[in-house]
Amino acid sequence: MIVNEDTKQQQVKSMNSYLAPLVRDIPPSGIRKFFDLANGSKDIITLGVGEPDFTTPWHVREACVYSLERGVTAYTSNAGMIELREAISQYLHESFEVGYDPQNQIIVTVGGSEAIDLALRALIEPGDEILIPEPCYVSYSPITSIGGGVPVGIETYAEDNFKLTAEALEAQITPKSKVLILCYPSNPTGATMTYEDWLPIAKVVEKHDLIVISDEIYAELTYNQKHVSFAAIPGMMDRTVLVSGFSKAFAMTGWRMGYVCAHPDIIAAMLKIHQYTVMCAPVMGQVAALEALKNGMGEKDRMVESYNQRRRLIVQGFQDIGLQCHEPQGAFYAFPSIVSTGLSSDEFAQRLLLEAKVAAVPGTAFGAGGEGFLRCSYATSVAQLTEALDRIGAFLHKLKQES
Amino acid sequence: MKELTELKLKVLDLLNEDARRSPQLLSTLIGVEEEAVKEAIAELEADHVIVKYAAVVNWSKIEEETVTALIEVQITPERGRGFEGIAERIYLYPQVKSVYLMSGAYDLLVEVEGRNLREVANFVSEKLSPIDSVLSTKTNFILKKYKQDGIIFEDREEDNRLMVSP
Repeated sequence: MIVNEDTKQQQVKSMNSYLAPLVRDIPPSGIRKFFDLANGSKDIITLGVGEPDFTTPWHVREACVYSLERGVTAYTSNAGMIELREAISQYLHESFEVGYDPQNQIIVTVGGSEAIDLALRALIEPGDEILIPEPCYVSYSPITSIGGGVPVGIETYAEDNFKLTAEALEAQITPKSKVLILCYPSNPTGATMTYEDWLPIAKVVEKHDLIVISDEIYAELTYNQKHVSFAAIPGMMDRTVLVSGFSKAFAMTGWRMGYVCAHPDIIAAMLKIHQYTVMCAPVMGQVAALEALKNGMGEKDRMVESYNQRRRLIVQGFQDIGLQCHEPQGAFYAFPSIVSTGLSSDEFAQRLLLEAKVAAVPGTAFGAGGEGFLRCSYATSVAQLTEALDRIGAFLHKLKQES
Repeated sequence: MKELTELKLKVLDLLNEDARRSPQLLSTLIGVEEEAVKEAIAELEADHVIVKYAAVVNWSKIEEETVTALIEVQITPERGRGFEGIAERIYLYPQVKSVYLMSGAYDLLVEVEGRNLREVANFVSEKLSPIDSVLSTKTNFILKKYKQDGIIFEDREEDNRLMVSP
């Protein structure tokens, strides 16, 4: 059958009318838009990737292969293998001084993303307001909307090193506020929070009876300081849904292995959704995750040291070419300001890609407060970073000559 | 053996990855003054911890191929000097790339490089075997190198990640 373009268009329109408005109205991700643009170009140096440039350590891959050879291919319990939950519990206790019972306070999920979705779906009633410090990871706001909640952004600023302040939080709270989503160390800014930073936030959380979803996926990637989990702040344990995973610390993005820890009542609610949607996380990923926790800390430390070196290189590099950049203390992103160029983030990123062949993500992809900034991932080789900085430097020079 | 400072170990790690890195780049990567890096390198060179700055070459990529053999050598040790004298006699030959004293079924492992099979064979029959204290030799030719000094030779450096991702 020959279908002409008009007929196709009509079909698309009519199919759109079937879609749930909540989903249909979600705008495409700013990252995705930029991805399409970058993907069509050649000889690009990319600072756009939000994942480690290391391959999963060999012993982790080997543990998975070996278990497959032995035929470990069946469902696990809905919450995940008990050995893995025990290992997660022990790891969190030793590393961040938070205690969760592996029997009823931990679910192994399909990446941290599923964990956040589960948490929001378990907590949101239609119309609830979900507080989200911005700039932030691209999913929080859309998942909130899909769940029927109303995302409420809280702008954070470069002069505060993109930390959340109690005043900014309090200013956005209304009687409908229910959940606060935290992500520190932060994607995209690299901001971290100290124990002292958390104390006033905790007071506000308590005062307004909020539940906190704390996405701590970058907890292992901190520099010159130790990560402080929000759950470790006195009185916050039961109010916190702690989300984390293996993607960033152990270079396991494609495995989709995450976990969530919370009060047993919240976990029980989340488990209902988890068991009816994914049943359980893939067993091969769980085997690999267990190996990573048991024997992967040395490799993790080596990777973190390497990120730290490149972090110094990129921050120094931006300073040298005249772009202001606060010093990120976590994750693997630098978030330089491009305000001095007079261009918007979108314009700058697009021209940088087309004219200098460097892909970085405009700050606006991460919500309010992202305008005037660029997210640059330094999870790439020293040689590539050096070349990218050279190219950005030359591009800035060209911009100056134009004006 | 001398214990190295943390700075020196970091310098060695980074130069081991890429010997062309400048003191300025090293100082940025490590987060210390450039002068301290220069000083560390000078001391490492003076102490012969850094012996040489060389490239790891995958010779099979170019037409002019060489032949490398690993030769297992059994020897009678010399009174008073053990294996030292004979090892020195062997490693002074320019064709010899490395010499190791081994435990196990033979005494020395000698790596010899030549332009072709005959050149290596000649070295074994004319230079190595006639040495008085050499009892036997067993020559193993390297057919293909997959990995050397921790570097995998196969072309697998490609970054397969998406250009942009969350």
